Amino acid sequence: MKINNLGYLIKEGIRGIFLHGFMSFAAVIVTIACLLIVGSFSSLAYNFNVIVEDLNKTNEVMVYVDETLSDAQARSVGTRINQIENIYNAQFVSREEALENFIADHEGDEAFVGVDAKDLRHRYVVTLEDNNLIHETVEKLRDVEGVAKVNANFELAEGFSAMQNVLRVASAVVIVVLLMVSLLIISNTVKLAMYDRRDEIAIMKMVGATNGFIRLPFVVEGFTLGMVSAAVSFGLMWMLYDWVVVQLDAVSTLKLLFHFVPFTELLAPMAITFAVFGFVVGISGSWTSIRRFMDV
Amino acid sequence: MIEFTNVTMSYSVGTKALKGVSMQIEDGEFAFLVGPSGSGKSTIIKLITGELKPTSGTVHVNGYSLERIRKREIPYMRRTVGVVFQDFRLIENKTVYDNVAFAMRVIGAKEREIRERVPYVLELVGLETKSRRHPGELSGGEQQRLAIARALVNNPSTIIADEPTGNLDPARSLEIMSLLQEINNLGTTMLVVTHEHDLVERFPKRVIVIDNGLVVSDGMDGYYRYEDQ
Repeated sequence: MKINNLGYLIKEGIRGIFLHGFMSFAAVIVTIACLLIVGSFSSLAYNFNVIVEDLNKTNEVMVYVDETLSDAQARSVGTRINQIENIYNAQFVSREEALENFIADHEGDEAFVGVDAKDLRHRYVVTLEDNNLIHETVEKLRDVEGVAKVNANFELAEGFSAMQNVLRVASAVVIVVLLMVSLLIISNTVKLAMYDRRDEIAIMKMVGATNGFIRLPFVVEGFTLGMVSAAVSFGLMWMLYDWVVVQLDAVSTLKLLFHFVPFTELLAPMAITFAVFGFVVGISGSWTSIRRFMDV
Repeated sequence: MIEFTNVTMSYSVGTKALKGVSMQIEDGEFAFLVGPSGSGKSTIIKLITGELKPTSGTVHVNGYSLERIRKREIPYMRRTVGVVFQDFRLIENKTVYDNVAFAMRVIGAKEREIRERVPYVLELVGLETKSRRHPGELSGGEQQRLAIARALVNNPSTIIADEPTGNLDPARSLEIMSLLQEINNLGTTMLVVTHEHDLVERFPKRVIVIDNGLVVSDGMDGYYRYEDQ
């Protein structure tokens, strides 16, 4: 293939899209449908993961400060706690606040009558970034100077971790399966389009066209269709996502349960995924489909 | 030059299409290849265009040894051979001009060369006034002339015409054969595969008769000799 041909071949590729309008339309629609399914499931999985992560942070580790330390010394323990990796938040609760909380939580209960705040310890309510590392983090907390005792609910943490892991693996498997199914469907659509043009390819071969010369317009066509599909489905995905968020936010109970992240948070990964998908599907679809018609 | 030396060709289903064909067509020669259906004519054309490789023997076409040609060399060999088919095989969505120009673009010709050469070739085949039409808007004879123009545009040393008049009425057939003869007069080797006795009679040229995978007659009066047997 000579450089003289490059402009012509690119022009031919673009022309091919309009010449075989119905087939191009079918390929774009199938790609958009597949991308919307993959995109919807991915954003759903992402949001569930965020929800579980938020729930994760409700699992609190109680870190009790040595009662022999002064108030100022007790407050300085927080600095050392925050230096430990995997600490999401460490909130200081003085012994007075702790007593008030107990009394408020057990209103009308006489068990706290006569209890003095001095009988309690200052404490930190600690939440973790990753509950998978709760054992190691608790060990580190125990080693912090001035810490008397650490209480953690390991079972709850392990439950969250298991839930998160299952969600991650399940969504990865489903996304990979959806991608493969999409690729197969799209590849078949492209094959159909190529079959429609087998005579044209045979004529090209007969007049002495090289494989590169025959392939390039089809690849340009596949690339353009793939990228157009990616751009359209990205726009549609954005609109659909925003619509779902508005619908969920309109119902206050659902809003509490499912608070979806704004689409802007998904913008970059979604745009990259759609663009890569469109590129791979367009190029590989046309490249592999044309191969079988080349042996003339 | 086309040269077959003791060529055999067996298909995977076991059919033996050629059983030891030897023939030589010199540069600038005009020859008819005749024979009944299933005699091996199409196999010979496919061997010349590199669609098939011989089972044994050697095939030389314009300096290429086709029994050992590399896949990537085939397009370059095909550029030395123009092929004209009975069913024309034109690209329907391209204009007359673009169908011819396309063959030049395949070999990487410059736009300036294309703009000069295509009108010249269209004039040679009498289609200069129809360059903006599409093949579907042409008559059968005109479509075949367009196919000839496409085969001719890159100035190949050989043209293979496979039943070029098979879809045409007698008057148009004669016209096409005269055109092929004119092209041959300009120095292009011409191999015409045909069934039509009348044409072979009207154009007294070398006739290679093939039957049952073998050359049974070859000469200026070969066709008649074979008919007489």
